[in-house]
Amino acid sequence: MSELDLISIQKTISQMALQGRTALLPLLHEAQDHFGYIPESVAEEIAKAIKVPLAEVFGVIEFYSLFFKHPIGETVVHVCNDPACAMAGSESIYKLLNQKESFKFGGEVNPRITIEVAACLGLCEHAPAMLVKGQPMISKDLQSWEEIFEPSRKRPQTILGGDIHRLTKNCGKGRRTNLDQYLETGGYIGFKKALSLDSGEVIKQVKESGLVGRGGAAFPTGLKWEGAANAAEKIKYLVCNGDEAEPGTFKDRVLMEDDPHLIIEGMLIAAYAIGAQNGYFYIRGEYLTSYKHVIEAVQEARDAGYLGENILDSGFSFDIEIRRGAGAYVCGEETALFESIEGKRGFPRVKPPFPTTHGLFGKPTVINNVETLANIPIILSIGIEEYKSIGTEKSPGSKLFCLSGDVKKPGLYEVPFGVTLRHVIENLAGGMRFEHPLQAILIGGAAGAMADPSQLDVSLTFEALRKEGLPLGSGVITVFDETRDLRDVLLRLSNFFAEESCGKCFPCQLGTQRQHEIMKRIAKRKVKNSDISDLEDIIVTMTDSSLCGLGQTAGSAIGSAIKKWPSLFSNLETQKEFAGGQND
Amino acid sequence: MTDTVKLKINHQEINCDKELTILQAAKSVGVNIPTICYHDNCTANALCRICVVEVKGARTLIPSCVAKVSEGMEVETHNERVNRSRKTILEMMLSTSDLSQSPELLEMASEYGADHDRFGDAERRSPPLIDDNSMFVRDYEKCILCWRCVQVCAEDAQYAFAINFKGRGYHTQISTFYEKPLPESSCVFCGQCIGVCPTEALKPKRQWLLELGYESDQIMQMTRNERNKKTKKPQTSSVVK
Repeated sequence: MSELDLISIQKTISQMALQGRTALLPLLHEAQDHFGYIPESVAEEIAKAIKVPLAEVFGVIEFYSLFFKHPIGETVVHVCNDPACAMAGSESIYKLLNQKESFKFGGEVNPRITIEVAACLGLCEHAPAMLVKGQPMISKDLQSWEEIFEPSRKRPQTILGGDIHRLTKNCGKGRRTNLDQYLETGGYIGFKKALSLDSGEVIKQVKESGLVGRGGAAFPTGLKWEGAANAAEKIKYLVCNGDEAEPGTFKDRVLMEDDPHLIIEGMLIAAYAIGAQNGYFYIRGEYLTSYKHVIEAVQEARDAGYLGENILDSGFSFDIEIRRGAGAYVCGEETALFESIEGKRGFPRVKPPFPTTHGLFGKPTVINNVETLANIPIILSIGIEEYKSIGTEKSPGSKLFCLSGDVKKPGLYEVPFGVTLRHVIENLAGGMRFEHPLQAILIGGAAGAMADPSQLDVSLTFEALRKEGLPLGSGVITVFDETRDLRDVLLRLSNFFAEESCGKCFPCQLGTQRQHEIMKRIAKRKVKNSDISDLEDIIVTMTDSSLCGLGQTAGSAIGSAIKKWPSLFSNLETQKEFAGGQND
Repeated sequence: MTDTVKLKINHQEINCDKELTILQAAKSVGVNIPTICYHDNCTANALCRICVVEVKGARTLIPSCVAKVSEGMEVETHNERVNRSRKTILEMMLSTSDLSQSPELLEMASEYGADHDRFGDAERRSPPLIDDNSMFVRDYEKCILCWRCVQVCAEDAQYAFAINFKGRGYHTQISTFYEKPLPESSCVFCGQCIGVCPTEALKPKRQWLLELGYESDQIMQMTRNERNKKTKKPQTSSVVK
């Protein structure tokens, strides 16, 4: 392509550029979608339009894995490489795709297809997961490889279960709950109730509900709101963090796809409580269906007067901007997400100052996870007492758990806090898939920790898990049976962090890489006597000294495995045959 | 205005201005905390984490170059936990970049007992040297990603914005727009980046040629010719209208 058709995108560029630098990611998405990659001349046009130095625009393109600076194939296939998908054979699929004669193109870029190894795609319950042109494809449904190029496919359905359906009452129906359907089931009642209270009272109720963040850090939501509400500045922001990318997590995707109004209502209440006029809904770049459904729902809410100026004649005004991520796990970190919205590389910021005083665009900001916000309308509409009638005293309410790996029914399960791990795995998810005994459970995702079968009776609450040294994290439960090679599982986790480290601080930039190199060797059974102490120094250094939560938890799962199964990291173990493969 | 706070550094009670960083407060009482990425004239970003200290009550170690002092704070600058992080970071740096021309870093490594071969089988970063202009060379094999060059090229000094990053994580490298040669970038060859580079990853071309063993008249010849060649070449613009 020598002459680019710049004119066709020029209008879009000049229109969107009015927003300034914050339009950078949306503009790069436009260019990527339009040309299939981001040509240099287009990057230059964008840079000029938003008045950002060329080198910085390049830096942003280079940071996000969904942006390409050189031409790629028309059909891009992403094959997930993380534990749940690898166990289901994603590696063979990747190899087969690459060996496929018709996909080869004499060593050059095949204009037809580009095959990429991807980090967790949030489709763990459909393992092995693939995205084709951004749309999920269930490889089990494939009759022939040529079907990859056929565009229309049904959206895969997630198994939805559990003991209670509070957060998920409108989910799993094979459709996006539209505004009418949402209103029929009591939608926006919580928001109307909030409007009848003063903002301080709303915050008080959220505090009393005992709700803590569901993104992984478990920070008390009401306290966060109070911080921003008390900040003196006039302009404040409310951000919804839909950048779900923790390996093994897909709960937010289900909520965003099936019941986006629940989250929008949560955002409205939060914005009202803290006094924010503007909100951002940041959705993971790989979640195209979520993105589409949230756009549709926001439009419906706007048309019906739930968003915009003087909402429901209350004098309160609030609107939501939607942003797509572009392939960077670290942008789930709150300050990295702000940087991304501001049109920069997703580097986490040094804290303090904290977002409640210096957040998005330097203004007081509350950022909450999707599931956290989904709890808000429920708290307001059913009242604190009813809300706290399930769960435990310290962990009230319900929680979504993402079950994947070797269980019969991988899927999303909503349970009251306090049920046991055994209950979720055996009763809800149907127990072990191939009747092999349980070997290990990864709790909390890649940033989580390993549990063993002796811990099955731990109750799923923040307090009980903490006692067992297990983080609840984002609600990931990945199950491994006895045939699985845990070294291979840990290798994939180390690979994930080495790929996703942003590179800002040295402990994480270097530590994730060194950790991965050692795990590569260990997975090949080439163990050195110093491996355990080397890994321990790396892990302690990352945990103690990294700048953000990514680095601080990047060694957590491997560290927990060293404590539980030191023999995995030494030569002493009798060489038993594992079913799992090796990979680099 | 006497906005001072009282705190303890290594069990020694001190009073200091509340606007000081822990690093500055420590220095004021003669306690030297090591730093790598920190530079007096650059915005501190807390990247290298060599300056971390233990603050009583904090979950993690705290970067002293950006963290401010506060009333009642108890700081330890050189205990076992802190030194373990410093030593490990240095060992990981030694197994990543060519630090042979960074005497300060090598001295720090020996001070903390860092083993050069701790991670012997590590994949080192060794991109080819970039020699694309007559003024200086860029040898990113030596780069430790302290960001100083990017910062002085941008808002910390020159506002030239010629360089930023390519890639991310371990595979990050300082780069121009679409990896163009420096003369085609917005670089003004001010040399500020060379001035702040701590590892000789950036160095004047003539110094580099001297190290390669060329005689001075040869070097003059080479760099002059190159400069003449460059000016004769018509400037190409890549904007497609």
